[in-house]
Amino acid sequence: MPKLIIDNNEIEVEEGLTVLQACEIAGAEIPRFCFHERLSIAGNCRMCLVEMERAPKPIASCAMPVADGMVIKTNSEKIIKAREGVMEFLLINHPLDCPICDQGGECDLQDQAMGYGSDRSRYIEGKRAVKDKDLGPLVATVMTRCIHCTRCIRFATEIAGVPELGATGRGEHMEVGTYVEEALTSELSGNLIDLCPVGALTSKPYSFNARPWELTKTESIDVMDALGSNIRVDTRGNEVLRVVPRNHDDINQEWISDKTRFACDGLRRQRLDQPFVRRRGKLEPSNWEDAIKLCANKIKNTDPLKIASIAGDQVDCETMFSTKLLLKKIGCTNVDCLQDGAKLDQKVRSSYIFNTKIAGIDEADAILIVGSNPRLESPVLNARIRSRFLKGGLQIGLIGGAIDLTYPYQHLGDEPQLLEQFIAGKNKFSKVLKKAKNPMIILGSGAINREDGAQILHNARKIAETTGMIADNWNGFNVLQSAASRVGGLDIGFVPEKLFNLEDMELIYLIGADEIDFNKTKNAFVVYQGHHGDNGAHHADVILPGAAYTEKSATFVNLEGRPQRTQKAVFPLGQAKEDWRIIRALSGAIDKPLPFDDLSDLRKLLSDTVPSFGSMNEIITNAWGDFGLEGPMTNRRISNISVNFFMSDPICRASITMAECAKAQSDRLAREAV
Amino acid sequence: MNDPKIKSFDTFSFNSKSKKEANICIAKYPKGKQASAVMPLLDIAQRQHNGWLPRVAMDYVADFLKMPRMAVYEVASFYTMYNLSPVGQNHVQVCTNLPCWLRGSDRVVNAIEKNLKIKMGETTEDNLFTLTEVECLGACVNAPMIQINDAYYEDLDETSVDILLTEIASGGAPKVGSQIGRRSCEPINGLTTLFDSSKD
Repeated sequence: MPKLIIDNNEIEVEEGLTVLQACEIAGAEIPRFCFHERLSIAGNCRMCLVEMERAPKPIASCAMPVADGMVIKTNSEKIIKAREGVMEFLLINHPLDCPICDQGGECDLQDQAMGYGSDRSRYIEGKRAVKDKDLGPLVATVMTRCIHCTRCIRFATEIAGVPELGATGRGEHMEVGTYVEEALTSELSGNLIDLCPVGALTSKPYSFNARPWELTKTESIDVMDALGSNIRVDTRGNEVLRVVPRNHDDINQEWISDKTRFACDGLRRQRLDQPFVRRRGKLEPSNWEDAIKLCANKIKNTDPLKIASIAGDQVDCETMFSTKLLLKKIGCTNVDCLQDGAKLDQKVRSSYIFNTKIAGIDEADAILIVGSNPRLESPVLNARIRSRFLKGGLQIGLIGGAIDLTYPYQHLGDEPQLLEQFIAGKNKFSKVLKKAKNPMIILGSGAINREDGAQILHNARKIAETTGMIADNWNGFNVLQSAASRVGGLDIGFVPEKLFNLEDMELIYLIGADEIDFNKTKNAFVVYQGHHGDNGAHHADVILPGAAYTEKSATFVNLEGRPQRTQKAVFPLGQAKEDWRIIRALSGAIDKPLPFDDLSDLRKLLSDTVPSFGSMNEIITNAWGDFGLEGPMTNRRISNISVNFFMSDPICRASITMAECAKAQSDRLAREAV
Repeated sequence: MNDPKIKSFDTFSFNSKSKKEANICIAKYPKGKQASAVMPLLDIAQRQHNGWLPRVAMDYVADFLKMPRMAVYEVASFYTMYNLSPVGQNHVQVCTNLPCWLRGSDRVVNAIEKNLKIKMGETTEDNLFTLTEVECLGACVNAPMIQINDAYYEDLDETSVDILLTEIASGGAPKVGSQIGRRSCEPINGLTTLFDSSKD
């Protein structure tokens, strides 16, 4: 490992680092605009200049690899002067519009100008003006502020895999944009806002809403997909103003999807803020006492075998756990967290989680994707596959409909019988899997949400076993869940002991379940507990207003089986209550009180019952087992479930931003079809 | 960039001659590195399309080379020799850099503007000439000079450039190179060798 001296301190660092990274390790802060750890090196802003012994000029530390015996000075008079010079050049054309710029207060240029900028300009010439670009409904542009660091271009090309941004023109006429005035087609485009070191790319929905110092910042977990991205919820008063990513190398790195970032305006609209009761066919406002009493009476007077509860896609574990306990107390086991009809096997944990782990993708060298469109089901995970692909040596096969995944793959077809070919080793891609050191299979909802899902699961297990995906320290069998509540629900066992038919039920207790077939609930008394007036609420007889994910501390288990906790950023709206409290109150009303009075008791009971909840933020190893059903598959082709990415859950459906995205997308598809 | 005239072109494809030339260019690069041929291919497209590149032509080249369209826009907009808006049949490019300027390029520009009755950056009504100002074209030894399409015309003054343009306008093909009888870039006072004693 190379040894070098940085500011008179000797330090030994890993080979392949840049001088800038070595300086950071040595504790010297290096200003930068274009350099970003997760992007390729551009070396064009020149802000990171340092002095290197025996070099005639200052060097750009971000683009200089470390070498043994280097002597670096990061703070000499010469360097400070050089950086001041660079800063002066950057500011030649940068407007002085900080007071009306949304980046103000969290702007790299502003911060670094405090250190290296002059308090007056030596230029009397006019500044250049650049026409703003239209990048769609999410990213606002003020291109005059652009300092040409090209981070956005590199992000779009490298991480997002949509090479639609570029720099046209040259010299003073260089402009960053799409050239063709089209919105970006990425599900990760919001990350451009975080990457932009100046105010050239800012959030359109959040524009002119707040200054960063006015916001209260709460670290939390995302529930828009099953990845469990780490987020920070920024609030002012009782309003969520924006969601930004937090870094977690093993989950989302520092990216989040556009849905995670921009659906938060849906938290302010279509909300259920008080109990409702249906009288004479119309939902009328009510109060907690009456609503709970009505529900309790119904539960008491209904045959427990005719009661069922369905949990939706964004329900926390505490709520599902207490609901299950409550129903068990009255002798009912009709609970289900698989509202989409996925044929998953609850008994073997390794059969429904992403065993390889998200970070494990970095080690894979062959991936077989079955019935999944990871780009829509989990955009950040898809970016991880892409970044693995870009490193080279990864082969990808796809069974299912052909889609643009932002990386090339072999399309193997869409017949379920292909899976049998794999078990027999007859498919051309099965050789690739067998030869690979760390092969993976990813099953998506398109493979499991079918009548023969259990058989497909069985065959996928066989493929995993016959192609060497199951080894001592490697498990390549993965199910790509798309709902945040799914793994947690299965861990708790929120699945029916005996299959039940929803149409036969007399009382249906829906917890945030909006995507079921409501023709089947017509004859039943429907209770809807949730936070949005969506499908479920429209069909309900009683509505009990719950809290959204930003309004409660709640546990969610992500697709790799990692339990994580959201934090309460704001209070539940109006009379709405945290969901577990509603269940607890209901249990009191039917004289079968649950054995806990606060969240910590509930959590203790939960981790005593289900040990995987004992260790937060950690993944326990799961034994391999026997799962799935042996038997013939149907001939129905495997398709990717065609979800509308921007309209997949109640929060998104209430969000204006998401509606604008959906419209922009359909407009583009219509234009392309012409 | 968003000239309505440009959008009105909605199709472009290489003719058989262009396609042949394009494939020769691509063959010069290793397999899988065909995008390296983007610059000659843009030139071929421009020559086929009356000296300028509409967006469809850039898109066609991008698809032809299996590279992102944006990357082609970047190349085409970076180099001034790719014309992104229509030009006349004869693209008159006048060098006004220092050596040409010292040798009287201002007078040449005035003469051209007077002859063609257009200003710098404009195209004549009959679409015969477009006049643009360019940076050094590397013929300083015979300054001042202009380039019309692919040909250099050097050692110009008001009179010779006037004659030149009039001849081209009437369909003639004037002599390329120096307009004062100089051969190539030989010294104006005849050849010299190191054995000659200095004349100055």
